[in-house]
Amino acid sequence: MAENGTNGTNGQGYVGTRTIRPDGVDKVTGRARFGADFNLPGQLIGKVLRSPHAHARIVSIDTSKAEALPGVKAVITRDDFADQSSEFIPAGEMMMNYKDVVRNVMAREKALYEGHAVAAVAATSTVIARRALKLIDVKYEVLPHVIDVVEAMKPGAPLLHDDLFTAGVEPKPDKPSNIAKRIEINLGDIEAGFKKADVVVEREFKTAPVHQGYIEPHAALASVSEDGSAELWCCTQGHFIVRAHCARLLGLDIAKIRVTASEIGGGFGGKTVVYLEPLALALSKKAKRPVKMVMSREEVFKASGPTSGATVKVKMGATKDGKFVAGFAELKYQAGAFQGSPVQPGVFCAYAPYDMENVKVIGYDVVSNRPKVAAYRAPGAPISEFAVESVVDEIAKKLGIDGIQLRMMNAAREGTKAAYGPKFGPLGLEETLNSIKKTEHWNTPLRKWQGRGVASGFWFNIGGETCASLTINEDGTVSLMAGTPDIGGLRAALTNVAADELGIPYDKVRPIIGDTGSLGFTFLTGGSRSAFSGSMAIVEAAKQIRTELCSRACKLWEAKPDQVEFKDGAVRPLGALAEKVKPMTIADFAKVAGKTGGPIGGYGRINAQGAGPSLGTHLVDLEVDPETGRVTILRYTVAQDAGKALHPAYVEGQFQGGAVQGIGWALNEEYIYGDDGKLQNAGFLDYRMPVASDVPMIDAILVEVANPKHPYGVRGVGETPIVPPLGAIANAMEQATGIRFTELPMSPPKVLKALKEKAANGKS
Amino acid sequence: MAKHHIETVVNGDAVEFLCETEETLLDVLRDTLNLTGSKEGCASGDCGACSVTLDGRLVCSCLVLGCEVAGRRIETIEGLAKGEKLHPLQQKFLEHAALQCGICTPGFLVASKALLERSPDPSEHEIRFWLAGNLCRCTGYDKIVSAVKDAAATLRKG
Amino acid sequence: MRYEAPDSVEGAVALLSAATGEVRVLAGGTDLLVQMRADVVDPELIVDIKKIAETRAVSEEKGGWRIGAAVTGAELKEHARLKKAWPGVVEAANLIGSTQVQGRATLGGNLCNGSPAADSVPALIAAGAVATLAGPQGRRDLPVEDVMLGPRKLALRKGEIVVSFLLPPRAPRSSDAYLRFIPRTEMDIAVVGAGVSLTLDGSGTISAARVSLGAVAARVLLVAEAAQAVIGSRLDEAAQRRLEAAARAVCRPIDDKRGTIEFRTDVAAVLTRRAALIALDRARTS
Repeated sequence: MAENGTNGTNGQGYVGTRTIRPDGVDKVTGRARFGADFNLPGQLIGKVLRSPHAHARIVSIDTSKAEALPGVKAVITRDDFADQSSEFIPAGEMMMNYKDVVRNVMAREKALYEGHAVAAVAATSTVIARRALKLIDVKYEVLPHVIDVVEAMKPGAPLLHDDLFTAGVEPKPDKPSNIAKRIEINLGDIEAGFKKADVVVEREFKTAPVHQGYIEPHAALASVSEDGSAELWCCTQGHFIVRAHCARLLGLDIAKIRVTASEIGGGFGGKTVVYLEPLALALSKKAKRPVKMVMSREEVFKASGPTSGATVKVKMGATKDGKFVAGFAELKYQAGAFQGSPVQPGVFCAYAPYDMENVKVIGYDVVSNRPKVAAYRAPGAPISEFAVESVVDEIAKKLGIDGIQLRMMNAAREGTKAAYGPKFGPLGLEETLNSIKKTEHWNTPLRKWQGRGVASGFWFNIGGETCASLTINEDGTVSLMAGTPDIGGLRAALTNVAADELGIPYDKVRPIIGDTGSLGFTFLTGGSRSAFSGSMAIVEAAKQIRTELCSRACKLWEAKPDQVEFKDGAVRPLGALAEKVKPMTIADFAKVAGKTGGPIGGYGRINAQGAGPSLGTHLVDLEVDPETGRVTILRYTVAQDAGKALHPAYVEGQFQGGAVQGIGWALNEEYIYGDDGKLQNAGFLDYRMPVASDVPMIDAILVEVANPKHPYGVRGVGETPIVPPLGAIANAMEQATGIRFTELPMSPPKVLKALKEKAANGKS
Repeated sequence: MAKHHIETVVNGDAVEFLCETEETLLDVLRDTLNLTGSKEGCASGDCGACSVTLDGRLVCSCLVLGCEVAGRRIETIEGLAKGEKLHPLQQKFLEHAALQCGICTPGFLVASKALLERSPDPSEHEIRFWLAGNLCRCTGYDKIVSAVKDAAATLRKG
Repeated sequence: MRYEAPDSVEGAVALLSAATGEVRVLAGGTDLLVQMRADVVDPELIVDIKKIAETRAVSEEKGGWRIGAAVTGAELKEHARLKKAWPGVVEAANLIGSTQVQGRATLGGNLCNGSPAADSVPALIAAGAVATLAGPQGRRDLPVEDVMLGPRKLALRKGEIVVSFLLPPRAPRSSDAYLRFIPRTEMDIAVVGAGVSLTLDGSGTISAARVSLGAVAARVLLVAEAAQAVIGSRLDEAAQRRLEAAARAVCRPIDDKRGTIEFRTDVAAVLTRRAALIALDRARTS
């Protein structure tokens, strides 16, 4: 068992050991600089005026009084942003349209949700900025609003966009709708499949929007020069993406914006899009001074994207032996004010953990008067897989087969063709199921009102464009520069890899996250890709260095390439040559770098391919208080396939963090709206995320089924952990209460009501 | 309205500052004294990221006015380490990987220190309930609890 | 915005009486600062009472306990003898918010914030606590159940502050308990709060009782019928059912983001019974 905090190598290398993260000391001393921790001399404070209405036409905006207030240096509105033509672009693992982006960042024709930005000011102090907002006179024509996804789909529902026509239906509709698109995937013959079934279960599920809940609000500091070039510091999961969006929205050359990613206090997908950044830049350009903007917690809830709420119908069929023969699902996901919910990944992942011949999944992307949805950890998948895992559990019960056994029988494995297209390489689902089966947890007896639930989950993970560099300094130490912001231990993982690739001690490598001026385009931290892709880029950079050093050795030693090799941090002479010359370490080369060709470095610029899915299985025990409906999580175990854990502690951390977010989603978190379309719980008091006393220790079992397409076998791990908890907890609730809960969250009033109804119906 | 002139002690150092009535201690620490280790997560006392101690008492600095702290003793995250020597809690948080993004970490460290000063051998239950006012969204709290327990053991050894 | 920190009750009263605009008293600030930041209130004057020694003291008085209005929950928790005499009051004060909030929150502030969901108020009412007010016309005493008249509505006249609370002398074989329902394990505002104080006679029968419910009506209720339901009993099954029925009967809760009417009513009954059982157990062993 690896000891905590290793910094020495046991000869086996650092990869797979629990090194101390290089950025750790600054984080435990308060020195690390997060988004709101930057200041520039002469900076102004920016604040945003937001719509109080869920749906309204913006008739006019009069900023004259605000502009006249002493201390106000700039005011911006829709007039300060050029309109954008329609163009879809990747936003995390979802798609967004620039025409929508410019409107989300600053409302144009209409305010489409309570909290929608309508204007912004920059002033010499927060107090003055707040006062200025009150002086902006906006005339609204309030319109009827629609919040619920099913309501929004009905003909006659209040229409958000009169130029939105449902894509993916034939014939093409001539009337606009709130349904942005319909998608469908098919495998085999679903009707034939159901005919083969001995048991069929059909259920409808409902989930509410939940927020990523990062503790750090959005923050940005922008400084625009007289020649139009700009510097931006912000907390983001993707500073190259921020640069691209801002360049587009402000009409700047990409090279003219330099974005530095600060340390980031959580993202989970919610910081893959822009909110304040274009506003801060526009204000700074107008005011000719730096502008700092930080969201309040209320703004975070009202004006940054939660994930979708949804209605999901699932119908599954199985033979009496337990073989899944048919899987149908219909998903209706809410996108918020602009199209682009994660319904597509939801559709793709619904049945992905299983090897099935007949699958049909339909998805609808629906707009409604809520903040535009943003990615949230495996976007779309927790919802669809919650529904499927619940139905799988019902099938298991009907057939008298236990949940692990049933999943084992149907588990996707190497060679399985997924309904969404690919044929899988090696997968670790069976190993995770076996790991759970072997635990003491699985074999511990339960008492009355306690229940145990199991569920599995799938996420495909991505690779993508990634740059990273390794530079050999004059003293032989190494500077590592990565292009993806570090949201949870990435620098430790990459340092492990770099140290092993170059054969040098861990503490001789110092990593930083490079700004956009220092590296080539790197896609954002998301899709569970940063360790997967970043390590591939580091491997490439290290290879270039080793090749370069061997080449220099050959020149110095007048040797041929087959007479030298790089091993354990040095170029070593082979055979007879070894009697003539001594090995040269990296430090030795560094001393003579100038004389032997110049500074030494490697630059990995790749489009990482071959991301392998990560499968996980969760086991949860819970207890229900039958008199109040309150649920206590008693015990929780996660088993997930990491392929290869570059740094085991941070991989375990992903398992544990995702599981607890899932617990919150299942039991207490939801956006609560009034009839007026306004959010009632825009704060941490009433948006109830799990606190330390709400959860037990989370046992994390690391499974490693190597991904053959990665040099170390790595699979991304960050997203899968949030997928199984919803189903596992619903399944445990069924065991504890005899009630199948199909609506999330399973909050106490709902649970107590269901218990009372059950008792009244006479069932014991 | 003229600003208040406040003299106080922060991490053992005599400090003075000017503040408006409505500025909280958190505002003063971050914006006036440039001690940005305490974080604003909610400004409503619900997340604990701004935790400091006031005369040894654990509080949210967003719930204290700057003008209230005249003559009092404030300890923030910046005062936890002594010179180059990390406090055992800081060391154990690193060893146990009890932080991922790190934004909640200063609050947790200040709160945990206050716990261990009162209860040198806390149970898991005690740790979780004492720290319930500190939100973490990344770790699921598991490794934080382990780190606090381990630090408690180290401190007990002396 | 002005800030004053008088060191006497008279000084505070004078400032409050003379104020023409919006004025707020500052004790722990755990409600006031949140409301200021949310633009719910924009006071012209803040009067900090924490320098007034009387509001910060805990002392025995005529066999009972006098607790200053600005003593924090955390300080109450550290007071061993008070905790022994009134475990319900102390535990209620220490359920407010978090450890950090308890480091600042006070009984005076919790009452005067005027929320029917305040955690410490049902426990104080069940204890028979009396609030001592001071104003321009001098001092007066009010039972705590008569101080909060409705949401954000207090019986305080202009210029009046709550200076302290007096808990009555404790008969032998007495104890109290406070329970609240929240969806998580900490941090939430009470969806229902139940405070019960009991005294047993020599044979173990309940000879005196006070029951108070919070968050189920526009003010925190003193439920006389609930007390009647258990006096003369040993809290047997029949008494528990009567107690629950009495609790249900007084509930006039609202549907809001924290609970439905049906839920609050059901849980009020359950919590009242559970709190009574805890108080009984404590009284037996006291």
